Formats: sequence, structure tokens, C-alpha cells
Amino acid sequence: MKIALTTSGNDLSAPLDSRFGRAPKFLIYDLEANTFEIVDNEQNLNAAQGAGIQSAQTVARLGVKALVTGHCGPKAFIVLKAANIKIYNTAAATVTEALEQYRSGKLTEAAYADVDGHWA
Amino acid sequence: MIVAIASGKGGTGKTTVSVNLARTLGTKVQLLDCDVEEPNAHLFLKGKKVKEEIVNIPIPQVDEALCNGCCECGKFCTYNAIVTFGTVPLIFPEMCHGCGGCTLICPTKAITEIGRRIGMVETMESGNITLIGGRLDVGVAMAPPLIREVKKCLQNNLPAILDAPPGTSCPVIAAIRDTDMVLLVTEPTPFGLNDLMLAVDMVRELKIPFGVIVNRMGCGDDRVHDFCKKENIPILLEIPDDRRIAESYSRGILMVDALPEYRSLFQSLILKVNEFEKTRSL
Repeated sequence: MKIALTTSGNDLSAPLDSRFGRAPKFLIYDLEANTFEIVDNEQNLNAAQGAGIQSAQTVARLGVKALVTGHCGPKAFIVLKAANIKIYNTAAATVTEALEQYRSGKLTEAAYADVDGHWA
Repeated sequence: MIVAIASGKGGTGKTTVSVNLARTLGTKVQLLDCDVEEPNAHLFLKGKKVKEEIVNIPIPQVDEALCNGCCECGKFCTYNAIVTFGTVPLIFPEMCHGCGGCTLICPTKAITEIGRRIGMVETMESGNITLIGGRLDVGVAMAPPLIREVKKCLQNNLPAILDAPPGTSCPVIAAIRDTDMVLLVTEPTPFGLNDLMLAVDMVRELKIPFGVIVNRMGCGDDRVHDFCKKENIPILLEIPDDRRIAESYSRGILMVDALPEYRSLFQSLILKVNEFEKTRSL
């Protein structure tokens, strides 16, 4: 199973980005193989509108089953739910920390968008 | 002739110039308030509303029985207003610009259009002035389609003054496109100059002839004038930094009515604009 985490860096020690729609990159982690790949989200960083929707489509196409991020807005939330992706909010500082929280079951699935659109 | 009044910076005096120019003209004129996010030209004119029309934009509606989940609509929509995962599309009405592309691209004709209200166009008669103003609904961010509806009310046989929104983004482009001349209102301050330079780039890109109006002359420095001289841009009008102008404005009274000595300023502006029109048609 693959999960997506939002980040500004290129490896597991990189900071976890608190934004989903406008996260610079996604780290896609394979929980069985313990490998990861980095997917660029640069085009959305400067999108005028629909960054959350576009980002949700991007991670859905990558076949992830869960998203671990800081915050998730309402439109992204609708798209992620439609794609059957579980959303977990965390205040973790790094990707490693967030991944650890996820693996140890410390995170609870978000039932609703935790911020309004354009919150940051 | 259609003259648009625009500016980079907000609050430089677009509406002041628009309404005073319309009043000074003295003949039948159409005044279009294209600042649909915060229309204010009506505050300076007494008259009665003669028409009120609701403006809708078309948004997609999917017939689930016909949708085969091909995703073509979602791939086509550049505004992310329609999203698909091989299932029935999700629609985000507030993102839709109403282009109709998804209805054309859908191979099974599953998408039809329904109206989504975005605002109103109101017409008011005030003496020689017919004021046509757009008013965007609260919470709607889609100004250009409403501005285009306001501009559809233009009658070719009458001169028109078009009060544009501030800035240099899509609503301004929608407002000033296809006008004959743009008057860029600025103030002699660093902010005024910075935003004037952006606005000049915009009108040059659109290839519309333009001139500059400096409002609140004397409140700042010479940099706006130096810039215009260097760039060979005509300064068509200078409005002094006179407290009484602000006072009459705050009471909703036109400068040319409250302070008749300023009428000649706008008369000279009309002459310059007409002169320009003549040289252009030669």
C-alpha cells in the first residue's frame, strides 16, 4: 500500500509541508517495499485556483490509499474522498516523524476538511 | 467612441474621472460601471433605475445514466471545475468559468448546462447619462463574465465611458478590451508610479491607445511625470490635490457641480480625447 506525504524536500528527513494543495512535492511511500519516490507539485504551487483539486487528482492517479499532511481544504477533501483516499492531519515536523505516527496508529482519520480554502 | 478609465493602483480616481467626464460631456452618454466587485458610480448620480437583469453563467450538469466515466471532461477543464476518476464527475460550480468546453468534449453527451447566478446588471437614467452597472453577488469570484454582460449593453451610436476595475488582471482586461482609448489614472507617488508602469505594460500589450491622468497633483513627487516623458506618454489631465474635491466626493457630489472652476479641466480633457479620435480616423 502506498501513502502520500506533503514535503518541501527530497528525502525522509525533509520537513513535512503543512499545506496539501500547494505543497511543493509529494513523497509517495510504499509501506511494503519501504521505498519512496518524490513527485513534483510545482505547477500547483503557483496555480491561481483549484490547487487542492489538482493535487488530489495527482495523488489519486498515483494510486495512494492514504494522505498524511498538515491541513486539507474542503474541495481537496471532496476529491480525495471520492477517490477513496483516507486523510490524516498531523503537526509533525518531518516526513519521518509523520510516517512514524502513521505506522504506529497515532493518527486518526479526518472526518472533514480542517481548514477553509486558501487558508495559507 | 468608447473610452475606458483604468489604473493600476486602486483609489486613484477612476470613478471621479468617469462620472465628472460623463457629466461635463453634456450630451447623451453611456457610463458603464465595470468595477463589478465594488460598483460605486451610482453613488454620484441621481436618477431612477429603469432596468435590472440577473446574469447567469452556464455550468455543467451530468446525466449519470449517460456518463461512461471516460474522464475527457476532467482532462479538458483547465479550471479544475470538473474532476473524474472513472466514475461520475464531481463538479465544483464556483470554479467554472462557463466556457462550455466539457459539454462539447463529452462523447456520450452526458453533460448539459444549467444557469448559475453570478450577479446583476442594473440600468439607471440620470439626465443625459445612462448608467449601466454590474453588481457581482457576494461570494462570487467570477467578474469577467459579468463585465462582458455589462458591455453587451453598449449602443454603438452613443459615446461611452467605461469605469474599469483597478489592477491589471482578468477583470481589467475584460473591461478595457475592444475600447478605443484608455485613460490611466494615477497619483504622483511611488505606489502610483509602480502600478502605472504595470498598467502601461498591459495597455501596450493589448495595443490600445492611451494617455495618463494625474490626480492629486502636488501631493507627491515628479517621478510619474519623468516616467511619462521618458516613455513618450501624453499626460492629458492633472487634477489638483484640493481638499474640497475630497469633501464633495465624500458627500457624493460631483466635483464639476460642487466646484464649477474645475469644469474647464474636464472640458479640456474632452477636447484632447476628441482630437485624438480625429487623428486616429484620418
